[in-house]
Amino acid sequence: MASNQVALHSKTKSDIAFKTTIYIVCTILAILSLFPFVVMLVNATRSTAQIQAHAVSLIPGSSLSKNIKILSTKKTFQPLVGMKNSLIISASTTILTVYFASLTAYAIFAYDWKLKKAFFGLIMGIMMLPGTVTMIGFYRACYQFHLTDNKLMLILPAIAAPMTVFFMKQYLEGALSMDIVESARIDGAGEFRTFNSIVLPIMKPAMATQAIFAFVGSWNNYFMPRILMNKQKNYTMPIMVALLNGDIYKTEFGCIYLGLSMTALPLIIIYLFLSKYIVSGVALGSVKG
Amino acid sequence: MKRRKLVNYSKYGYLFAIPFILAFLIFTLYPICYTILIAFTNQEGVIPPKIKLLKDPLSCFKYLFKKRNSGKISYFLDSLIATAKIWIVNFIPQLGLALLLSAWFTDNRVKVKAQGFYKVVFYLPNIITAATVAILFRTLFGYPIGPVNDILTSLKILKTPYYFLNKPKSTRAIIEFIQCWQWYGSTMITLIAAVIGINPEIFEAAEIDGANRWRKFWNITLPSVRPIMLFTLVTSMIGGLSMFDIPLLFAEGRQDLGAQTVAIYIYNTSFKQPYKYNRSAAASIVLFLIIIALSVALFYVMRDKDAAKLEKMRKAELKRAKALGRGV
Repeated sequence: MASNQVALHSKTKSDIAFKTTIYIVCTILAILSLFPFVVMLVNATRSTAQIQAHAVSLIPGSSLSKNIKILSTKKTFQPLVGMKNSLIISASTTILTVYFASLTAYAIFAYDWKLKKAFFGLIMGIMMLPGTVTMIGFYRACYQFHLTDNKLMLILPAIAAPMTVFFMKQYLEGALSMDIVESARIDGAGEFRTFNSIVLPIMKPAMATQAIFAFVGSWNNYFMPRILMNKQKNYTMPIMVALLNGDIYKTEFGCIYLGLSMTALPLIIIYLFLSKYIVSGVALGSVKG
Repeated sequence: MKRRKLVNYSKYGYLFAIPFILAFLIFTLYPICYTILIAFTNQEGVIPPKIKLLKDPLSCFKYLFKKRNSGKISYFLDSLIATAKIWIVNFIPQLGLALLLSAWFTDNRVKVKAQGFYKVVFYLPNIITAATVAILFRTLFGYPIGPVNDILTSLKILKTPYYFLNKPKSTRAIIEFIQCWQWYGSTMITLIAAVIGINPEIFEAAEIDGANRWRKFWNITLPSVRPIMLFTLVTSMIGGLSMFDIPLLFAEGRQDLGAQTVAIYIYNTSFKQPYKYNRSAAASIVLFLIIIALSVALFYVMRDKDAAKLEKMRKAELKRAKALGRGV
């Protein structure tokens, strides 16, 4: 009896040590994740002179308005223009991706057609294809048809989003029973109407998750917009951020931190509200960039 | 009423897939074919001449692998190696950390509190624009004044500020760190989902047999999450092959700093003097072939073994039935 108790006791003791290790490591990692953003946000409110004296501080300064003023007098970095372009492109991309991916997934799920298997294989095959591979041909074609600096060239490709189709098909398999579709048919509803008024509402949860990823993915995309957009008025947010690397900001530290904060803050705020869906979305779909 | 069932619905399958197919043909297939074509032609210069096959159609490909005049390996191979190095050095700790955390967070005896908080925080760097992250780190590692140098000199770890951004070793190490830092949270969440999917009875049975934590991890958790791990490996590898934003904006994509990745090589070759579209197209195709090889590996890993077996059996059955039918 006694020895048993000792064993039990030592076990809990080792559990406590184990638990403490976990918390220490996790706290260090959490600090590592947050620290760069904290420095960024705090330094956005400090003057360049203060930052030069001490680059790290956890106490906000009072130079936010001054930094905003300096940033707006230098004309290269225009966050509002970038935000507007990014919003237009990301919102359209999201709508197209989610709607057409659902439609395509439904075509695979609900109907038997000859080339279905080959088609699904194709989707799996191109799922992993990065833009790097098609970029030269895409750019040259756009150039020849005078379609560079045209936002549609960044928006329309979203109609074919294989990753999303794959996810939507998996979701349909678990969530939609063909009985519902059959009964709609008996009621005389057309196939397209059945999809829009019966299938789409059932897919709402999956659509929400995929919408978040489509939006964030498009918002953060730097490669394609950089290649296609030459005029400053068409620059998206990531291209605008990249301008902060330029020489005229070299000594204006307050400005750089402020500019970076302006691009990161909207994402951080959105993330704070939607983190639950995002984390569970990653778990479900293992979305990888 | 019964007749309705005979309505052929299959045409709607085609109909609903048309938008996807059209977009795919225009925005993916056509550009790929065009890229392949360009690789064998004279398309170079600010305004390329009329498209014509090269005398030696393979010359762009040959150039990619030809040694430089100095005797060093070509810039293309150099960029491939740089990309592979950055990816490998980021992925090993990334996967290790993710595995460790997923084992901790799913431990059935020690329940880690505030798990939700940790997951959200660990994943945060992934959601922020890579361009922003790259420039933020460039500023953090600034010389002579930057937060990191400030901390290191204040703590007396360094006597004088260190110029991180002009040495290949430190530059590459920081790029690798950023990649790992941005992605381990995502890998962790994926792995946690996989571990949760393991039948808890297996763990219970092992505990009754007296298995400790390490043995449970080694003998149950690891083998069970292997498919997901391999999936993560291949997706991460393909993502790593197209790494662009961070090395470009953090280290200007400089070759001498080991930061010229394949994607940056392709970009620089076509959009900087002397605008060699054909050469970068050739590089894209080589990259494409590498990715196809990896995708095939992914297919192989992801295929449902039981379903494949069943399908095979069904087909064999069908064949036999047909043969029998003919015989009769």
